[in-house]
Amino acid sequence: MTITADPPPAAQAAGTPKRPRKKALRTTSLFAHGEPMVWLTGGSLVLAVFMIAGLLGLVLWQGGSTFWPGAILHVELADGSAYLGEVASKSSFAPEESRLEALSDEVAERARTELEANGGLVDRFQLRTENFELTNVHYRWIEDYHVLDRSLPEWALLVERNTWGRFYGTPVAFRLDGATIATEPDEVWSRFQEHHDKARARYHARQSLETHEIGAVNRTLEDARLHMRAAELAEGRDSERWRRAEAAYRAAEEEANGAFTRIRREIDALNTENGRYELVLETSDGVEKALALDEVVRIFPANQLGFGGKLSVYLSRWWEFLTADPREANAEGGVFPAIFGTIAMTLLMSLVVVPFGVLAALYLREYAKQGTIVSIVRIAVNNLAGVPSIVFGVFGLGFFCYVIGSSIDEVFFSAKLPNPTFGKGGVLWAALTLALLTLPVVIVATEEALSAVPNSMREGSYACGATKWQTIRRIVLPRAAPGIMTGMILAIARGAGEVAPLMLVGAVKLAPELPVDGVVPFLHPERSFMHLGFHIFDLGFQSQNSEAAKPMVYTTTLLLIAIVVLLNLVAVWIRGRLRRRFQSVHI
Amino acid sequence: MTITPHGSLKKAPPLTIPPRQAARLPESDAAAGGLFEAIQRGEAFETVVHEATRGEKPVLEVSNFNLWYGEAQALHDISLVCPDGKVTALIGPSGCGKSTLLRCVNRMNDLIDSVRVSGDMTLNGESIYTAGVDVIELRKRIGMVFQKPNPFPMSIYENVVYSLRIDGERDRSVLDEVCEQSLRGAGLWDEAKDRLQSSALAMSGGQQQRLCIARAIAAEPDVLLLDEPCSALDPIATGRIEELIDELKGTYSILIVTHNMQQASRASDYTAFMYLGRLVEFGPTDEIFLQPRLKETEDYVTGRFG
Ligand SMILES: Nc1ncnc2c1ncn2[C@@H]1O[C@H](COP(=O)(O)OP(=O)(O)OP(=O)(O)O)[C@@H](O)[C@H]1O
Ligand SMILES: [Mg+2]
Repeated sequence: MTITADPPPAAQAAGTPKRPRKKALRTTSLFAHGEPMVWLTGGSLVLAVFMIAGLLGLVLWQGGSTFWPGAILHVELADGSAYLGEVASKSSFAPEESRLEALSDEVAERARTELEANGGLVDRFQLRTENFELTNVHYRWIEDYHVLDRSLPEWALLVERNTWGRFYGTPVAFRLDGATIATEPDEVWSRFQEHHDKARARYHARQSLETHEIGAVNRTLEDARLHMRAAELAEGRDSERWRRAEAAYRAAEEEANGAFTRIRREIDALNTENGRYELVLETSDGVEKALALDEVVRIFPANQLGFGGKLSVYLSRWWEFLTADPREANAEGGVFPAIFGTIAMTLLMSLVVVPFGVLAALYLREYAKQGTIVSIVRIAVNNLAGVPSIVFGVFGLGFFCYVIGSSIDEVFFSAKLPNPTFGKGGVLWAALTLALLTLPVVIVATEEALSAVPNSMREGSYACGATKWQTIRRIVLPRAAPGIMTGMILAIARGAGEVAPLMLVGAVKLAPELPVDGVVPFLHPERSFMHLGFHIFDLGFQSQNSEAAKPMVYTTTLLLIAIVVLLNLVAVWIRGRLRRRFQSVHI
Repeated sequence: MTITPHGSLKKAPPLTIPPRQAARLPESDAAAGGLFEAIQRGEAFETVVHEATRGEKPVLEVSNFNLWYGEAQALHDISLVCPDGKVTALIGPSGCGKSTLLRCVNRMNDLIDSVRVSGDMTLNGESIYTAGVDVIELRKRIGMVFQKPNPFPMSIYENVVYSLRIDGERDRSVLDEVCEQSLRGAGLWDEAKDRLQSSALAMSGGQQQRLCIARAIAAEPDVLLLDEPCSALDPIATGRIEELIDELKGTYSILIVTHNMQQASRASDYTAFMYLGRLVEFGPTDEIFLQPRLKETEDYVTGRFG
């Protein structure tokens, strides 16, 4: 708007010297072209991609190959000993002179030849020999110069067992009721095949009796005891109610004893039947070992397998890994309870953190008067994201378990005290703790999404006579939903991978029961649970056979990553659908 | 501008300015360097109101209205009467307070924390600014269309029936009926009837603006506020919206802000000229454009200034 017409600056321009014009042919500097920046930015990206791809590649390769069955190698050493097992790894090293001097002349000669040919290094390999109850070792390093002979025996068997880890051996006999009925390997093998499935079926029947039936009897008995205790707490021991409860308890006890005897008998019968069959294997050093059939989880003559056979072993191991309970202090078997626990805890966490975070962000962005206090709150929330996660664990333990949980116990579960119900770590408290941990992520993402909703939309809604809440619910929230989903994705990624706080608030090495099952009331938020992240920690650092657990660490890591990716993909897919709804092609 | 939108030029006056007539503003003002300088100096002056405006039945009356954004006063002592069933245009240079005045009518300025007002407005004789006015109810009686189309992130159908939805209307037949009528009213029915359930954000800018008009008239308001409804539109879409304004008037009272003098002269019955937060001259559109009382108004409408 020009109201007062200033004289045009032409008059001044005539007097002042002109800025010299740039020379036309001067080349633009390299920086102005931007090539160095392209290299810098591109290089950073490449570096990041390399590191991520390296990590993922390692996990993928190691985790993916764990279950692939290898050949069973039989080696004879110069000192007359022999070993049977799978090669786990190989390496080279430079042996000290003293070590060579201790060898017999013949072996030392070979070692020196190898040293010469290999430039001062000799090869060795790590053989997984197992048979732990006989040898007390799982793995053995063997130098190449010790080896006189290697072979892949046709009938070398790999046995995976319920206890004691793996067993490597060759079949020598099959016994029925103590009498040997087969001695030739293929005959033994066919006998074994004939009886193995039935023996396993009996084994599972026994397990089900031990856990479910005995568990059910124990529960009724415990219920009766709790009734009695509740009556005692409420009205004392002189009351009519207590006497009735006590009588009921005695009756339940009577009944339970009967049930126990019956179950015991059934179990004994199954055990006796299973005890009739034995598979006798011979180890590499000639010791014979009789294995009960029901002990054998998986057995196969590894050196006879073609690609198809190996693949079927591979898949069957994966299947067991994904669906079965762990064995052998978690080092073998499956991780199903951990998968279940991880997903249940993460979903529960999202269920808590998303509504909570969205409401908080709504208040901050839509209702609160923007000012110092809101800024302080915002900074505090952001800082919460930087607090070490273990601190959240300590807080969760102190507040949720010991304060809230104990109060709940006192009010609702007083009869069970001093055994805590909610007053200890559990999946609910773990989910709440992680919800707290991931709350800043959700709040920040939601605030961002809310502030990205154009004000013109809000004004349009108000102009139609909508109230604030109607505007938020019908315009702002739907429009911000994709951004809120982003927050949820980040929260899931953060929460599912968190381990440290979980150790304090409910993740355990081995949970006897899942948090969801068929026992009334079906959901058991107070139960402790298994978690893949904690499982990795436990396998890697807490198991006594860490060498054997190492491959499982990779496999479990692979699985955890896969689950996080899967959860994220679902969220990304939902977000994509939401986004498409609000996509604008114009203006 | 030579493009003429089809068929809507029924009563557009030719934009030739007749020779100046005798009845002019007092000599003293002119002597002091003109009215604009006087306003810039903050001197008080009397709005020039043409007598022809007084005979009409008012729908909206603004009396001695002032507004401050924090310390800065954006509206100074505005008094204005918008006649019922007619189109009133607000013109004036950018930043003179047209939008501000418009947003005062449905109290959209309540949303801005720093705003303070004095004076009053009445809608059909009821005060807008006394304590205890239900702002939600008030806004339901006033439809507003913004300068930039602002469809909601939902289907075309839901956009149109939004004001019924928030009132809790669930009867499908009522909603369908209102949707069709409003879209027809906004001249969008033929284009939109096959895609009612698709996203409103996928429409073109002109379609979106007409959708916003449909949304505004769906609630059957007493007054329609249009803030530069055509500023983002091509001449054809502009023509349609002018046609629309023509059809709507009579049923609705319309208050429209525009920078387009031809639009103001074509589409409106009354015109108010504002400058720096003050209402300078208000009268029937023909008179403002053909025989303005003030030289400043004449300069503005002929494009010699601003
Ligand atoms: N939210 C606000 N806070 C402070 N000042 C404001 C605000 N909105 C508008 N103003 C000021 O009020 C004055 C009038 O603004 P307004 O938007 O009403 O102008 P306008 O006549 O609509 O202009 P235009 O034709 O460019 O849309 C301007 O000086 C502007 O800077
Ligand atoms: Mg404006």
